[in-house]
Amino acid sequence: MLEIKNLHARIVEDGTEIIRGLNLTVKAGEVAAIMGPNGSGKSTLSYILAGREDYEVTEGDILYNGESILEMDPAERAAAGIFLAFQYPMEIPGVATMEFLKVAMNAQRKARDEEPLKIPELLKRVKEAAGSLNMDMAMLKRPLNVGFSGGEKKRAEILQMKLLEPKLCVLDETDSGLDIDALKIVADGVNALRSPDRAIVVITHYQRLLEYIVPDSVHVLYRGQVIKSGDKSLAVELEENGYAGIIEEAA
Amino acid sequence: MPAVQDTIDRVRKIDVDQYKYGFETEIEMDKAPKGLSEDTIRFISAKKNEPQWMLDWRLEAYRRWVTLQEPTWARVNYPKIDFQDIHYYAAPKSTPGPTSLAEVDPELLKVYEKLGIPLREQEILAGVQKPADSELDEANDNVYKSGRVAVDAVFDSVSVVTTFKKELAEAGVIFCSISEAIREHPDLVKKYLGSVVPTSDNYYATLNSAVFTDGSFVFVPKGVRCPMELSTYFRINEKNTGQFERTLIIAEEGAYVSYLEGCTAPQRDENQLHAAVVELIALDDAEIKYSTVQNWYPGDAQGKGGIYNFVTKRGDCRGDRSKISWTQVETGSAITWKYPSCILRGDDSRGEFYSIAVSNGHQQVDSGTKMIHLGKNTSSRIISKGIAAGFSQNTYRGQVSAHRKASNARNFTQCDSLLIGEDCGAHTVPYIEAKNSTAQFEHEATTSKISEDQLFYVMQRGIPEEEAIALIVNGFVKEVIQELPMEFAVEAQKLIGISLEGSVG
Repeated sequence: MLEIKNLHARIVEDGTEIIRGLNLTVKAGEVAAIMGPNGSGKSTLSYILAGREDYEVTEGDILYNGESILEMDPAERAAAGIFLAFQYPMEIPGVATMEFLKVAMNAQRKARDEEPLKIPELLKRVKEAAGSLNMDMAMLKRPLNVGFSGGEKKRAEILQMKLLEPKLCVLDETDSGLDIDALKIVADGVNALRSPDRAIVVITHYQRLLEYIVPDSVHVLYRGQVIKSGDKSLAVELEENGYAGIIEEAA
Repeated sequence: MPAVQDTIDRVRKIDVDQYKYGFETEIEMDKAPKGLSEDTIRFISAKKNEPQWMLDWRLEAYRRWVTLQEPTWARVNYPKIDFQDIHYYAAPKSTPGPTSLAEVDPELLKVYEKLGIPLREQEILAGVQKPADSELDEANDNVYKSGRVAVDAVFDSVSVVTTFKKELAEAGVIFCSISEAIREHPDLVKKYLGSVVPTSDNYYATLNSAVFTDGSFVFVPKGVRCPMELSTYFRINEKNTGQFERTLIIAEEGAYVSYLEGCTAPQRDENQLHAAVVELIALDDAEIKYSTVQNWYPGDAQGKGGIYNFVTKRGDCRGDRSKISWTQVETGSAITWKYPSCILRGDDSRGEFYSIAVSNGHQQVDSGTKMIHLGKNTSSRIISKGIAAGFSQNTYRGQVSAHRKASNARNFTQCDSLLIGEDCGAHTVPYIEAKNSTAQFEHEATTSKISEDQLFYVMQRGIPEEEAIALIVNGFVKEVIQELPMEFAVEAQKLIGISLEGSVG
């Protein structure tokens, strides 16, 4: 589903190269974890997948269902089924969460030439999804992410992910700032989305989240490259021994 | 809402320089020759069958006007206006004052048909009611739950049709064109006209007093709550024509009225002048709510053409416990010079000003309000949201003052500016003056840019860039949109989105 080939990318503003020849393949139905020390390029990778303009791809390609997405803007990629759950979701003052959900869902439907959702249907879907994440409907009347706690923000991200039904989900440090209860709820939400036709990329610093979202593959990112790949035991090994050994091994 | 959606879709396909109301209507016009002189004024007055006192009033204003200088203090630049190169009167020939829709020139009705937004005049004029069964839902999808709206349509210099007159008359409300009011209700007009904005007030108000051609007149008698929204729709159609409308609204003791005006003009290379005067008078316990959706032609992407909008609007809270509230959504005009103000004369009176001013392309906006606290325990509230995009300049200019006797005057002002892009400017110029030590004035101002982070976040959810900007901007202006009559709120939001198209990329 996702194929990243020899990707090189730099920050447009100052030319700093962050991704340096990254290769990664994630199949449909797979949950892939990307781990790595701070500054290894994890978040940058998520931004590049989503099409953020601050980064420029200088070499290589990103194929999604076999086709390059490099020429697509963020909205087009989203409509094609790529979703990024942000580490720091943005506040949108004055826009009720419910209104935002409606606009986003209908924008994607429009891009796929589908009719906008009727209000009762929309409400039904939102209620169901919010219920499964233990979210109060009253919260959805508040402006999106404004004044939300860290846990509420992450839950709102997962709510959007559920409702938009993406094919490729990228979760950027979704566990950061969550207490254990919130973490379980979020993980349950993600697990519920596991399906044979959907790929999930979990970016995380710690192994903790992977106890709840058990990955099929684990990839270690360092200095903009995948330096080691393995199964879930690799995450456990990292937790016990840290990154130093693997980095040395690769060097 | 299909008509509205269709229009929006069509507009989305065109560029910022293709103003969506830019059609011209081929209607035979009856015009005054170009130029301004006492003869022009006599011509206008005669055309309108005005009594002698009205002509005298106009001539006095004209004689004063010739001694005045055009003001230059606003932060706007434009070539000098040649006041002799303007037609001061233009009337559709075939409409000598219709009393019903059937008498209206069909060409004129076609104009309304083309408009759709923001007023849906065609339906309203035709007396078509919105389905009453449409439900308000949590997602705020549909707000057409409103009742009927009475409309007065002003086409260049003449008021062409006023709807629901009979029903309003039953409630005791007078809603007609100012020309008709001068003929039919001279005592009321004499008593109130010029009592808030005197003929000597300022350059453009004085000019308006001399040459005003039409406008609306509203009188709500003691204790009456006006049974429906009143609305006036202004359109400048004829070339080189100035539009000088005059609106006078009086709410007697305990009366209430909500009034909305909408404006559009065709697309032209040359600039057109619009200099209106609006006077509001609220007696004891009366309340007037005045909303504007201004969408005059803003000029093309290079800044050519567009309306010069020099407007004097002022409300007088003459009675105790009276309240006047201005709400404006300003998206059009090449130049806007406009400060809807409140004189808080009565004790415990209250003034409000809610404003959204959107500028794009080469538009220049210098707008704000004045809250003049004269009575005791008076209060006022100003919420101004300026949005600048393209190469536009957007200035908030406001004055809040407390007279020596205005004990316990209160004001809260909040001015927020939002910048889109690198080439526009937002400016805030507040004047605050308290001559009474018990006055409490608060002023808050912020300037922000739509952040790349926010835009990326919204787009990542599949919302295309221009829609994403419109969504963020509409969130920014929410507080003000909420003040608009329900049925206009959605259209105002869409108008803001349309105005900002082409502001990025």
